[in-house]
Amino acid sequence: MLHIIDRRLNGRNKSAVNRERFMRRYKDHIKRSVKDMVAERNIKDMIQGGEVKVPAKDIAEPEFRYGKGGDWEVVHPGNKEYSAGDRIPRPPGGSGEGGGGEPGSGESVDSFVFTLSRDEFLNIFFEDLELPNLMRTTFAESMAKKMVRAGYVKEGTPSNLSVARTMKTALARRIALAGPLKEELARMQSALQRALDDRRPEDEIGALRDSIVHIQHRLRLLPFLDDVDLRYRHRVPQSTPTARAVMFCLMDVSASMDEHKKDLAKRFFTLLYLFLTRKYEHVDLVFIRHTDEAEEVDEDTFFHDQRSGGTVVLSALEMMQKICEQRYPASDWNIYGAQASDGDAFGADAGKSARFLRETLLPLARYFAYIEVPDDIMRRSPLWAEYEELAGHHGVFAMTRVTRANEIYPVFRELFKKETS
Amino acid sequence: MAPISHGSEWDFDLVERYEHAIAATAAEFKLDTYPNQIEIISSEQMLDAYASSGLPIGYPHWSFGKAFIRNEQSYRKGYQGLAYEIVINSSPCIAYLMEENTMMMQALVIAHASYGHNSFFKGNYLFRQFTQADAILDYLVFARKYVMECEERHGVEEVEEILDSRHALMNCGVDRFKRPQAVSARQREARKQERSRHEEQLFNDLWRTVPHRDKEDSVTEKARYPEEPEENLLYFVEKHSPNLAPWQRELVRIARKMAQYFYPQIHTKVMNEGWATFWHYTILNRMYERGQVDDAFMLEFLHSHTNVITQRDFDQQGYHGINPYALGFAMMCDIRRICEQPSAEDRHWFPDLVDTDWLKSLDFAMRNFKDESFIAQYLSPHLMREMRLFTVADHTGEPVYLVDSIHDEHGYRRVRNMLAAQYRRENMQPGIQVVRYDRDGDRSLTLRHDIYRGRPMHEKDTDEVLRHLGRLWGFNVHLESVHPDGRLESFREWRR
Repeated sequence: MLHIIDRRLNGRNKSAVNRERFMRRYKDHIKRSVKDMVAERNIKDMIQGGEVKVPAKDIAEPEFRYGKGGDWEVVHPGNKEYSAGDRIPRPPGGSGEGGGGEPGSGESVDSFVFTLSRDEFLNIFFEDLELPNLMRTTFAESMAKKMVRAGYVKEGTPSNLSVARTMKTALARRIALAGPLKEELARMQSALQRALDDRRPEDEIGALRDSIVHIQHRLRLLPFLDDVDLRYRHRVPQSTPTARAVMFCLMDVSASMDEHKKDLAKRFFTLLYLFLTRKYEHVDLVFIRHTDEAEEVDEDTFFHDQRSGGTVVLSALEMMQKICEQRYPASDWNIYGAQASDGDAFGADAGKSARFLRETLLPLARYFAYIEVPDDIMRRSPLWAEYEELAGHHGVFAMTRVTRANEIYPVFRELFKKETS
Repeated sequence: MAPISHGSEWDFDLVERYEHAIAATAAEFKLDTYPNQIEIISSEQMLDAYASSGLPIGYPHWSFGKAFIRNEQSYRKGYQGLAYEIVINSSPCIAYLMEENTMMMQALVIAHASYGHNSFFKGNYLFRQFTQADAILDYLVFARKYVMECEERHGVEEVEEILDSRHALMNCGVDRFKRPQAVSARQREARKQERSRHEEQLFNDLWRTVPHRDKEDSVTEKARYPEEPEENLLYFVEKHSPNLAPWQRELVRIARKMAQYFYPQIHTKVMNEGWATFWHYTILNRMYERGQVDDAFMLEFLHSHTNVITQRDFDQQGYHGINPYALGFAMMCDIRRICEQPSAEDRHWFPDLVDTDWLKSLDFAMRNFKDESFIAQYLSPHLMREMRLFTVADHTGEPVYLVDSIHDEHGYRRVRNMLAAQYRRENMQPGIQVVRYDRDGDRSLTLRHDIYRGRPMHEKDTDEVLRHLGRLWGFNVHLESVHPDGRLESFREWRR
């Protein structure tokens, strides 16, 4: 007696729960790995998820076992030239393979490597980061109107007529109104029958016959469909938060911004972009570079094309405002701005930029981040000095300085850290 | 007879027809098996099954996740193929077949698992003694449900701690010998009377005059608990731990049952695989002789079979010690050879074996041995020469390795003994016993490690395991390493 069972259709992911347990247990390790990855690897590659290394010693399951030392004899196959009593030098590096030593090669593997899926990676990456000030400014979230169904109403346009619902109501009305009449009719008819049986006087029978005809007439008059039966589908407008965001990348590309600084800026932009893609269904990117005048460019040009010239920060900010007006109205889009610069600004430019930012852009934007990539961390740049005054007043503005690639990620976390309270 | 099928495609009908043919052939060789159940699974499911040590139903634990990730990783990268089959020691005996296998592979797996392993599970004394094939699946279901209920009631972390600790002690959770049946009250009474009658008969008033043992001494004697050392740590913890909650105790018990279930498999690896390999080889060859399978089938089969029984030499790349499949298969074949065509040497070495019915002799060997005793009994000089086995000694203090013995007239016995010893429990793990539970004092638990041939314990792991044991025990735990002559080598301690 044999049973053949096809189990292929059974659940495949029996181990998912165990995998998840494992991840939970080694969360700290995994987080650390993710952080290292961010610091040392190209962000573009990293988006795909990545390999996480956990030191094998940390996840080893201990048991009572032998360590090194003591007397061992091990039988091996494939003897070629040895005979009893031969001496074999120990392999360099102490006791190793060959002469016994350690049974169970638990120590030879030094790290346990496994792959995080893209989602797992991003989850860890953005864990405990939240959109800034989400609670406080919910009302300011741009809203989109959407019509949703909301039951039935008695009045409406013919196109919204619900036939099924109308027929149902009509049927109900007919049953309700005809019921008493039908009862009356039945009573009259049996009274008539009795009168006929008892041979009652003609006029009495005639009166009964008249009232029966009258009731039957009333029954016939009940309309099949009446105006009160009509029902229309109802729709109401509902506002939902816009699932669209636009992110402006503003960068100073004057000669003082070298490749290294651009790289830092790029990393920051990429992080912000990743973050927004998780939050919004649709994210548009606008790249604005500026020297003494601003222009909108594509991503490649933005990061790689070298330009020389002076620096007028205000031009980029004005451009951002113009593009917002033309293509991304604040009522329909969540606007994010990220500006990277080495902080050089001349004359009145810094002051004017700060004022423009405060008065025009910040009211529009959901968030504006400024990172400075200075040559000298100690020097206060003119732009920094002006922007610093904004930081205190507006919840939607953040600024920080970065000089090395591995500082980007902590800074990013700092900027976007979850609001406690 | 016409071949059952051509080509590598399989379907359910074919699997059934092959199974019939294999069953008939197995019956010819008098293989006694549990009923069979064959389940077709996908490779993902195979990976799942891997992670839970081949058991179809497991409770959730991170260590299984770790195993799963590791296997999945190396499978996806192509470092490792999947096993063709997994077979479960249960009644009915469940064998998993992967859907990716060819028809030949399915037939091989059916012969190997459903008849080879299956008959071994049913016949071998260790399995008969220690496992209950018809109850294991129910027990697994119970274990899973129980663990998950506990998680619900007491929290995942809480349960995980206990599971971690008991996993650490799993290999000290085995009874190597059957526990005596509990004695009923009436039997105990009868035994007592028997003893006192015996004492009366031997009574001699003179004994009163002999000086008594020190009173104090007998007090400490009384305080010593347990009276006999106990090597099943999990059992001791489960029965005596002063502060485990009942549900924690039950979790420990589940671990102990699992460890017990796997115990025979660990100690019959060579025999079990050798037996199954021998039978898939013998059965399929017989079917080939009868024309039930075609040449293409046979060539493909020989290719897989050869892969399975490859034994690399010690100096070849990829050598990982002795391949149990190779050794087991070679020994099974060798026993048959000795029965059928003994040489003069075999007559001298195996007088009881030569010229007997090979089927009966092989069956006897399968039933009554485990790896250690099997090798000690049946490894022949012929096979030692063929495999060119030799022994290397690695002793502390010696600057070099010493070739202790090789496959020659002087070395046969020594090589054989050494190889057998490699499968002995003392060689696989240190011997640890509970020697004292200070019931009336600080409730500390004392373990003793009997040092075997000067082999120390792994420092870090030992401390870790002690910590786990301490967590289960709830009071201080000591471990003393003692030389055979009673000298104390080291003393470890875990304190709350």
